[in-house]
Amino acid sequence: MANFYTDNPSLKHHLHHPLMRRIVELKERNYADKDKFDYAPVDFEDAMDSYEKVLEIVGEICGNTIAPNAESVDQEGPSVKDGRVTYAKGTQINLDAVRKAGLMGIAMPRRYNGLNFPIVPYIMAADMVSRADAGFENLWGLQDCAETLYEFGSEDQRQRYLPRVCGGETMSMDLTEPDAGSDLQSVMLKATYNEKDNCWYLNGVKRFITNGDSDIHLVLARSEEGTRDGRGLSMFIYDKRNGGVNVRRIENKMGIKGSPTCELVFRNAKAELCGDRKLGLIKYVMALMNGARLGIMAQAVGLSEAAYREAYAYAIERKQFGKAIIEFPAISEIISLMRAKADASRAMLYETARLVDIYKALDDISKERKLTPEERAEYKKYSKLADAFTPMGKGMTTEYANQNAYDAIQVHGGSGFMKDYTCERLYRDARITNIYEGTTQLQVVAAIRHVTTNTYLNRIKEYETMDFKPELGDLKQKLVAMTGLFENVVNMVTETKNSEYIDFHARRLVEAGAHCVMGYLLLLDANEDDSFRRSAEVYINYGQAEVDKIYAFISKFKHEDISYYRHQA
Amino acid sequence: MGLRIIVLAKQVPDTRNVGKDAMKEDGTINRAVLPAIFNPEDLNALEQALRLKEAYPGTTISLLTMGPGRAAEIIREGLYRGADNGYLLTDRAFAGADTLATSYALSMAIRKIKDYDLIICGRQAIDGDTAQVGPQVAEKLGLSQITYAEEITKIDNGKVTVKRRLEKGIETVEGKLPIVITVNGTAAECRPRNAKLVQKYKHAKTSTERKETPGYEELYDARPYLNLAEWSVADVNADTALCGLSGSPTKVKKIENIVFQAKESVTLDSSDEAIDNLMKELIANHTIG
Repeated sequence: MANFYTDNPSLKHHLHHPLMRRIVELKERNYADKDKFDYAPVDFEDAMDSYEKVLEIVGEICGNTIAPNAESVDQEGPSVKDGRVTYAKGTQINLDAVRKAGLMGIAMPRRYNGLNFPIVPYIMAADMVSRADAGFENLWGLQDCAETLYEFGSEDQRQRYLPRVCGGETMSMDLTEPDAGSDLQSVMLKATYNEKDNCWYLNGVKRFITNGDSDIHLVLARSEEGTRDGRGLSMFIYDKRNGGVNVRRIENKMGIKGSPTCELVFRNAKAELCGDRKLGLIKYVMALMNGARLGIMAQAVGLSEAAYREAYAYAIERKQFGKAIIEFPAISEIISLMRAKADASRAMLYETARLVDIYKALDDISKERKLTPEERAEYKKYSKLADAFTPMGKGMTTEYANQNAYDAIQVHGGSGFMKDYTCERLYRDARITNIYEGTTQLQVVAAIRHVTTNTYLNRIKEYETMDFKPELGDLKQKLVAMTGLFENVVNMVTETKNSEYIDFHARRLVEAGAHCVMGYLLLLDANEDDSFRRSAEVYINYGQAEVDKIYAFISKFKHEDISYYRHQA
Repeated sequence: MGLRIIVLAKQVPDTRNVGKDAMKEDGTINRAVLPAIFNPEDLNALEQALRLKEAYPGTTISLLTMGPGRAAEIIREGLYRGADNGYLLTDRAFAGADTLATSYALSMAIRKIKDYDLIICGRQAIDGDTAQVGPQVAEKLGLSQITYAEEITKIDNGKVTVKRRLEKGIETVEGKLPIVITVNGTAAECRPRNAKLVQKYKHAKTSTERKETPGYEELYDARPYLNLAEWSVADVNADTALCGLSGSPTKVKKIENIVFQAKESVTLDSSDEAIDNLMKELIANHTIG
């Protein structure tokens, strides 16, 4: 009877962060729903208690249903027949369990039948689901799309679609096409307005669509004939009940095999416009992607956690040379670094989730009334920080998930290379996380401007001024020194004012900043709860060496050597 | 057509993962190390009730449990999954009951609830494994009973159709309402707790619990469903002499702790002959067949 919430005390620690008081206050509008809905909280403590109780349900379903089904789902996978997808049997059981438990539409307002939870507990559920089966998180996590429909759809659309999502219908976001992957400006799926029918029709092909046979689709399509860039794209809602979209094939993937990745053919598929024309990519999809990136961070954290647990469990059981292999320093170092990376990733995940929570709640309030000047300043601060932390966090946590999955196999030795052990699936599942919703390279593109404009540095300076226990003084000194080096390398690179040179070092600069940020976040965790102390020590030692390495590389790098890295035709 | 269903449920120590300290030296169960849970087959019974509620709108499900004050948790667990209300039978005089005294107390409570079409319970509880309480309740109320149910397939014209799981197959039977049905562990697993219902009912308490752990007092008048009924011997008009220890003819003579030894196991090779011999032995000693 495993429970993925109660067996992992760090979740409770992150749930009870001091900023939650502000988040819940904003999200609950001073608990105004309590007289309208019998499941609405009456005060802060009641709300927090509800989050915990619901997370316990999620933890139980993850431990008793989703995780035990993961292996068979990975083997069986979904299938397609006559244009329709059938999920693996285990996937159907999982979906049935989360539907009956009422875990769809967690973050939606109660008036649409949602639970009105902040993003922090929602992401915490995603963290657990991913630990159980990262592939299932793709299906369950697509309820994120409802957030976009809520934000940009009309009230009529909200009322028609959101209760269906809260009731358990699944969603998909249909963005990618054969010739439009990272570069979504090239999307060609054609949207044509038909005056007689007073509706839009979609024609064309979408590719790599996760859960492409979902009930409700958000579709990016070209509504402005003759345009070629992002300004000609709009967002549409396609309802499967109307028909017109068939699944031509599903991909045979390396990992997350339970989640059907579909190629879709749109043939005069009736659709309705969501939001304003021409804002599809430049506004709505950007918002959608930011939410989705946070979801992928959660997926990465869940995978890191699972990899650590698999490795640890094996290392204490497996005996060689007369003792458990964890007794060997070479193995225990790997395990402790895995723990530290999982903890650092989780700290980054929830910090980002809190930032997003505050600015999104304020944004939602601004639709009901004018924000006060203080609230406007708060909104500005947190939306900027969320914009900075999302790509940095997505980049770092997904790379760490891959490293942890790799190390989990290493700890298992030859057995880890066999299909018999879970670590093999984790390795395959993790591999997509640093690719989809923007590769790490694209996260760096989004993050680098916050390096050069000091968004990260200013936040690090805020952490620096917080009160730390005296016994953490040495760790803090290390972080102060790391931050100094980070500032130094940033200056070294930016003062060249050469954009090619800045791009060349961008990933190194973002990573140096990330080591400082994540080091501080773990130090703050250790300050509250001594059980994070080891991870803080291990991670800061690791981050310090990484920043030293980055400093050494950049300070010794001769500007003209960049020519050796250019493509030579 | 709405049905009125009573689900009998018991809070039991979780005996499925018994460690070496599960029994105390005197041979009684060490409840401190075994978490109190909803008896698994009673959860199967609850699931059957919930499915009937989905199939027949207007159906109400009441949980009835007997136990100490903390057994109110069983009622909440039922509410979290879709039951409508519940009754806790609790009184010092109920303590130490065997199956006879238990079924007497439950039947008296059911008489008090009065209106019902179906009484559904698990086949047996994992702490006693007697499978007697359900049938005895039926006898005491003068009702027919269907035991070992795997699925309640339909209710039509005052009759219920039930698939029974028997040793050598499945039997489909019909019975006239009102009726008692005991459900097997092989029936559909109970659904998880529901996020909204947990939030709706998490403050539901008996009056004793409210006294012991006060909080959110203003809710109980505004939301009457948060007040869980708590019944004593007197509340259900029961005769104290027939309840609890004094109403229990069963006396435990001795409890033995049996630990299987490795020497009692046999290792076979995979030859046809070895397997053939094993089969013959198992048939001969009536383990199978």
